Amino acid sequence: MKIDCPLCGTRDSREFSYRGDATYLNRPAADAGAEAWDDYLHNRDNPADRTDDLWHHGMGCGAWVVVTRSPASHEIFATRLAKGTGA
Amino acid sequence: MRFSAWNILKQGLTGNAGWKPHWRSPEPKPAYDVIIIGGGGHGLSTAYYLAKEHGITNIAILEKGYIGGGNVGRNTTIVRANYQLPGNSEFYSHSLKLWEGMEQDLNFNAMMSQRGVIMLCHSDGQRDAFARRGNAIVNQGDDAELLDTDGVRKMLPYLDFEQTRFPIYGGLLHRRGGSARHDAVAWGYARGADMRGVDIIQNCEVTGIDIENGAVRGVQTTKGPIRARKIGMTVAGRTSQVAAMAGMRLPIESHVLQAFVTEGLKPIIDTVISYGMGHFYISQSDKGGLVFGGDLDFYASYAARGNLPMVEHVAEAAMTLMPVIGKARMLRSWGGIMDMTPDGSPIIDKTHVDGLYLNGGWCYGGFKAVPGSGNVFAHLMATDTYHDAATKFRLDRFKTGRGLMDEEGTGSQHNLH
Repeated sequence: MKIDCPLCGTRDSREFSYRGDATYLNRPAADAGAEAWDDYLHNRDNPADRTDDLWHHGMGCGAWVVVTRSPASHEIFATRLAKGTGA
Repeated sequence: MRFSAWNILKQGLTGNAGWKPHWRSPEPKPAYDVIIIGGGGHGLSTAYYLAKEHGITNIAILEKGYIGGGNVGRNTTIVRANYQLPGNSEFYSHSLKLWEGMEQDLNFNAMMSQRGVIMLCHSDGQRDAFARRGNAIVNQGDDAELLDTDGVRKMLPYLDFEQTRFPIYGGLLHRRGGSARHDAVAWGYARGADMRGVDIIQNCEVTGIDIENGAVRGVQTTKGPIRARKIGMTVAGRTSQVAAMAGMRLPIESHVLQAFVTEGLKPIIDTVISYGMGHFYISQSDKGGLVFGGDLDFYASYAARGNLPMVEHVAEAAMTLMPVIGKARMLRSWGGIMDMTPDGSPIIDKTHVDGLYLNGGWCYGGFKAVPGSGNVFAHLMATDTYHDAATKFRLDRFKTGRGLMDEEGTGSQHNLH
């Protein structure tokens, strides 16, 4: 699997580590309540067809990349930097 | 038809022409008392125990493919009860006891082989942790023996004991663990359920769950609507999608876990070995193939196949532990889809919908759990009370933080187990 890093170009997926669903970018306010935090930390749509998730280019430029891909086929549709999206 | 020595002799002498199919292939009725979604190990055993122990036989198992075609046919067939945390400990203990009586109970040969499971340790700290785990297992009433290096060497002389990076300090041996033929487990439960009147309906995909006034009323399927007042979901790997039909959003991410098998070799490994410092565990099938697995690929996946970096990683781990298998040729690799929960432990619970029950989140533990899971889930569905061996697999534990079962001690968040 290869991932297009927006800064470095197409790189081996082994240069990246996976953090999880891009829902991590939508951190609730500290006082948002237990439901919101439970949703944020635990509950997931977990789709099979198309998902956005966070990969860290730790063995490259160190950027956090939002990867839009298919969990069913491993096809990658798009990548973008997570920076500027609220993280 | 019962299997017996007499029957095998009789059929052998008459050209084996008298064997009948072991279960029917009925069309669905308009309504049942109970519908089980998912004809894998857990669904089949749930239906079996509902019929056998609770007298509920008007049951349909709805399977979108063929029974036993999912994770129950994709795992590495290991059976064990060497967990340490309350919740997991009593549950897997219960499950192992059912494994031990299963073949007689089902009158079906599942090739259950209690050849032992040994977990190796490679540091003082790990040995201390295994001593603690062993004590927890013994306190639960199961078996565990802590072996020193010489003890392991007697059992497994072909391991690389002298390696400088991860020398073998000893191991925790669980003699009642072992392996079983996974397909036969599905078939045995299917046959047992069918004999008690359960309808096993294959190629029937559930496309919707009907809910009225907060109570479940039935399902929509590719073979039409089917009504029932009690519905159990046993679809680990696809739990999120099926539960979404009931408006649920679950603490589950699906990940792929790879497994591998080599060409058939002469007997070498007579137990199950788990490497303490690399993602690698191995056993040998009765056909001679070395069956081994590693860790998740570690990104959300429904692909049922993995990628090459983890293949390489597992092979490297294997070579650091047992270079003796280095020349064995790998025949196949495949992946199973794991329902991964934040704490690495399963969910067996009621839901916010009356009559709808959830069994999922099995992470890596699904196969060994098959008899226990079906048994306690049948209890929950029949009585609306938790079985004594499964009081802690609660869906709300992530939200409340109470009763988390983080067996690996890595934390209760996704992607840590």
